[in-house]
Amino acid sequence: MGTNMNTSVHRTWKKPPFIQSPLLRWGLVVGAAIYIALAFGTMDVNWSRVADGIPRGQRFVSAFFPPDFVSRAGDILDGILESLWITIISTVAGIAISIPVGLGAARNLSPRPVYLASRAVLAISRTFPEIIIALFAVKLFGFGPFAGFIALSIGTLGFYGKLLAEDIEDMDPSQAEAVKATGAGWFQWLNYAVQPQVMPRMIGLGMYRLDINFRESAVVGIVGGGGIGATLLTSFDRYEFDSAAAILLIIIGIVMAVEYSSSYIRKWVQ
Amino acid sequence: MLRLTDLVKQYKTGDKALKNVNLEVPDGQVMALIGPSGAGKSTLIRCVNRLVEPTSGKIHLNDLELTTLGQGSLRRTRRRMGMIFQEYALVERLTVMENVLSGRLGYVPFWRSYFRKFPQADVNEAFRLLERVGLDHMVDKRADELSGGQRQRVGICRALIQNPELLLVDEPTASLDPKTSRQIMRLIRELCEERKLSAIINIHDVLLAQMFAERIVGLQLGEIVYDGPPDGLTPDVLTQIYGEEDWEATIEKVDDEDELGDDTPPQQQAATSN
Repeated sequence: MGTNMNTSVHRTWKKPPFIQSPLLRWGLVVGAAIYIALAFGTMDVNWSRVADGIPRGQRFVSAFFPPDFVSRAGDILDGILESLWITIISTVAGIAISIPVGLGAARNLSPRPVYLASRAVLAISRTFPEIIIALFAVKLFGFGPFAGFIALSIGTLGFYGKLLAEDIEDMDPSQAEAVKATGAGWFQWLNYAVQPQVMPRMIGLGMYRLDINFRESAVVGIVGGGGIGATLLTSFDRYEFDSAAAILLIIIGIVMAVEYSSSYIRKWVQ
Repeated sequence: MLRLTDLVKQYKTGDKALKNVNLEVPDGQVMALIGPSGAGKSTLIRCVNRLVEPTSGKIHLNDLELTTLGQGSLRRTRRRMGMIFQEYALVERLTVMENVLSGRLGYVPFWRSYFRKFPQADVNEAFRLLERVGLDHMVDKRADELSGGQRQRVGICRALIQNPELLLVDEPTASLDPKTSRQIMRLIRELCEERKLSAIINIHDVLLAQMFAERIVGLQLGEIVYDGPPDGLTPDVLTQIYGEEDWEATIEKVDDEDELGDDTPPQQQAATSN
C-alpha cells in the first residue's frame, strides 16, 4: 500500500500541447517571428516627412479650435437632419429585407437551394464596403441622400441578415421541436418558437446597426451620398476647419447618445 | 389505438436505430419504454409524430396511416398527439400562459395566435389545466423563472390542451430530483386515467417505470427484447435489456417504494400543488 501511494505522488503531468508535432510547433513560432521582422524591415518610413508632418498636424488641430457651431448652423442642421433621415430609413429598410434573406440563410430552416441562394446574396452584399456601394449608387442615381440610403440599406442587409441567420442556427432545437409537435403552422412556429429566441439579440443588433449607419452616413456623404458627410466635405473644401470641428463634435455626441441608449435598451429586452 | 408495423429507422450515418419494431398500444394504456441510452427510445416516439421520418414500416393511429401523410394532414394529426420533453422544452422567453396556449396553435389561425387572441374556450381550458397542476397563480411568469418541476407541469399542460388521444413522453424525469420525479410521474399517470389517454413514456429509471406504468417494453439496440407487466422484470430480463449488472437491489426495492407511492402523506400532497 505504502509504496503504491509513493509512486502515485511522483507521477508528473503536463498539459498536452495544442500542436502535437514539436517540429511544426516551433517551425510556426520561428516562421512568424521571421515574417514580422522582415515586414517591419521592409516598411519604408521616411522619418524626415514624419517630422515635417507633425507641425502641420499641430496647425491643423489648432485650426479646429474653437469649434464654430454658429456661422454654418443652418447647413449643419440640414446635414444632420438629412443624415438622421438616411440612417433611420436605411436601417428600417435594410432590416426589413434582411429578415426574409436571413430566414432563408439559416441552415436549420431552409431547404438547401434557398439556403445557398440566400447565403450568396449575403456574401455579395458583405463583400463591398458601404463606401464602394455608395460610389456605385451615386453613379446610378446621382448625388444626394437617395444614393446614401441605397448604400446603407445594402450594408445593413449583409450585416443583419448574416447575424440573424447565425442566431437562428444557434437557437435551442428542443424548443423549436416542441412547438412543431403541437401541429403549429410554419408562420406560427416562427412566431412562437424562433422569434422569442432570437428577438433580444436582434433588437440589440438593430440598435448597433443604427449606430453604424449614422457613422457610415457621414462617410457615404463624402462620396456624394448626401447628409452630414456632404456638409463636412464642403467645410473642409472651404478651409472652415472650425465648422468642421463643430460637425465632428456633433457626430461624436450623437454616436455616444445612440451608444448609451442602445446598451440601456439591450438590458431592458433581455 | 396506436400500431407500429415493421418500423425501421436508419440514420444517414448508417446507424439502424430501429429494426423492424412491431408494437400495439391499446387506448388508455400507459406504457413505459425502457432501455439503455442509444437503444432507440427517443427515435421511436419521434417517429410516431414524425419529428423523425421513419425509413420504412407503417404507423397507424386508429385507422389513419401516419407515414404517408402530407404536410397539412400531418399537422392536423400532430394535434392528436401531445408530447412531453426531457428538458421541458418550454419556450423560455414566453410566459407560462403563452406556452400552454401554444398547444392550441394547430387549431387557431395565424392572426389569432400572432395577436395572442385565443378563443375564450381555450383560455378557460388553459386556466383549468394550470389550476389542476397547481400553477394558475403563475400565468404571467416567464417560463425561465420557474423551477424544474414547475416547468415540467407547464409542459404537461401544453400537451394536454391539445386534447390529444395519445401522449408521447420523452424522459420526463431525467432532469428532476427524485421526489419531483415521482410527483410528475404520478401526475402523468393520473391525468391519463382521468382523460382515458394512452401514453408511451420513455424512461431511464426502471423503478419509476415499474411504479407508474401498467406495461413495460424493453428496447435494446432497436429491437424489443421485453414486453410485459412491470413485475415481470426479473434480473435476467434486466440483464438482457441493459447488460450484466447486479439487479437484485433494484428489484427488491420496488415493493417498498410501491407502497410509499400509493399513500402519500398529506403535507407531501400539499407540496405537489405548489
